[in-house]
Amino acid sequence: MDAVTASLDVSGLAYAYPDGHQALFGVDLVIGRGERVALLGPNGAGKTTLVLHLNGILTAGSGSVTVAGLPVAREHLAEIRRRVGIVFQDPDDQLFMPSVREDVAFGPAASGLRGPELEARVEKALGQVGMAEYVDRPPHHLSFGQRRRVAVATVLAMEPEILVLDEPSSNLDPASRRELAEILRSLDVTVLMVTHDLPYALEMCPRALVLSEGVIVADGPTAELLCDEGLMRAHRLELPFGFDPRSVDTRS
Amino acid sequence: MGAGHAHRLYRHGHSPVHRLPPHCKLAAVLCFVVVVVSTPREAMWAFALYAVLLGAVAGVARIPAGFLLKRMLIEVPFVAFAVLMPFVAQGERVEVMGVSLSVSGLWGAWNVLAKGTLGVAASVILASTTELRELLLGLQRLKLPPLLVQIASFMIRYGDVITDEMRRMRIARESRGFDSRGIRQWGVLGKSAGALFIRSYERGERVHLAMMSRGYAGSMPVIDEVTASRAQWARALALPLSALAVCLLGWTL
Repeated sequence: MDAVTASLDVSGLAYAYPDGHQALFGVDLVIGRGERVALLGPNGAGKTTLVLHLNGILTAGSGSVTVAGLPVAREHLAEIRRRVGIVFQDPDDQLFMPSVREDVAFGPAASGLRGPELEARVEKALGQVGMAEYVDRPPHHLSFGQRRRVAVATVLAMEPEILVLDEPSSNLDPASRRELAEILRSLDVTVLMVTHDLPYALEMCPRALVLSEGVIVADGPTAELLCDEGLMRAHRLELPFGFDPRSVDTRS
Repeated sequence: MGAGHAHRLYRHGHSPVHRLPPHCKLAAVLCFVVVVVSTPREAMWAFALYAVLLGAVAGVARIPAGFLLKRMLIEVPFVAFAVLMPFVAQGERVEVMGVSLSVSGLWGAWNVLAKGTLGVAASVILASTTELRELLLGLQRLKLPPLLVQIASFMIRYGDVITDEMRRMRIARESRGFDSRGIRQWGVLGKSAGALFIRSYERGERVHLAMMSRGYAGSMPVIDEVTASRAQWARALALPLSALAVCLLGWTL
C-alpha cells in the first residue's frame, strides 16, 4: 500500500495541549483504502486527541496527517471535513437538528448541495443504515441504537473517504451491536474504529493498532494482538471474563 | 416528555391554513396583532368583529372551539392584574351591583383583556396549525437574526435532553435520601442547578465539535427553502387586511 492511495497517512504526529500536557509523541500509521482497522488503547492513551487531528479540529504540533493524498491544513479544512466522517460517542451530541432528515442533510448542505440531489443523498444514507422510515422523526424520539445508526448516516451522507467511529458499541444492547456490525460490514468505505471493546474489534476489524502513552506500540492482525498476553497486560487492555480470542473464527 | 411525533401545541391537519407557508402566517399574525392593538378601546364592536374573523380562520383550519379555548387558558395569569384595575384606579366612579368601580379602570381592564385575548387566540391558531420547526424556517425566511433562530432550534432539540438529565439528577438525589422540603435544602438545589449548567455547557462544546466536523463554518446551511406564491401571501394577508378595514372604521366612526 503506497502512501498516495492510502485513505489515511499519519506521520510523526505530536501534540501538546495548551496547558503543556503532551498527549501524542510521534504517531505513525497508514490505513489503506477499504481497510477496517481498530484503534485500541487504555483510557488516556490519546485516542480522542488523535481522532480530533484527523479532521483538523486540533492542529498538529509537529508531523503531518494526509487524507487520500490531501494534507490536513487550514486552506482545505472544508474538503478534509467532508472526507473524514467522525461519529462521536454520544449520538445526542452528534444529532443536533430538530429532525432526522435535517440532521442527515446538514453535512452535504454545508458543502453546498441543494434540492433533489440533497434529498437523494439523505435517502441513500438513511437507507444504508436501515433508518429510511424514520426520516421525519425528531432524534430524541428514537432508541439509543437507532440514534447511533442515524449518527452513522449523518456522516455517510457526506460520502467520506474514511469513517472514524469513537466507541461505536458503547451503551448498545447485543442486538443493536450486531445490527451496527452488519451495517458497517456492508459499507464500502475505509473504517477506523476507536474502541476498548476488544471482542467487537476482533469481530469487525482484521487489523488493529494499539495506542499507548501517545505512541503506536503495536500494529498487526487483531487476533494476533489480542492473543499476545504480554502486550495486552503492558497496556492495560483486558479481555472480558471468559473471552478467548483463539476460540473465535474471524475468517468469515 | 414530548408526546408523539409533534409538539403538544401542534394539531395535525391538512387544512388550507396548515398548508400556508410559515413565514406568511407569521407575518399575518404579527400584522393582525398590531392592528388590534392600535384599535381605539371605545370601539367595542370592532373587537367583536376581530373575534368573528379569528373564528372564521379557526373554522377553515378545522380547530374545534373547545381545543382553542382550552389552549387560551395560558392567558389567565397574565390578565389577572387587569381584573384589579377597576378597583384600584383613580377618577370617576360608578356603582355596579353595589360595588364602587373606577370608570377609567374599567376601560383599562377591558382594553387589556380584549386585546390580550385576541392576540393569544391568534397565536394559538398559529401554533396549532404550524409545526415548531416550520415556524423556525419561517422566522429564518423573515430575516430574523440567524443566531436567534439557531438558539431557538437548539432549544427545541435539547430541551428534552436537558429535562431528562435534570430528572436523572433528581432521582439520584432522592435515592440518597434527599428531601427537597424547606429552605435549608435550597443550597443543594442550587448546586444541582450549577452542575446542570456545567453539564449543558460541556454538551454545548461537544455539539459544536460535532458541527464543525460536518463542515459548520458559522452559519446554518439552507436545507429547506420555503417559498410563497402571490396567491398564498394574499390568502395569509386576508386576515390582517380585513382587520385593518375594521380598525380604520373604528377610528372614523
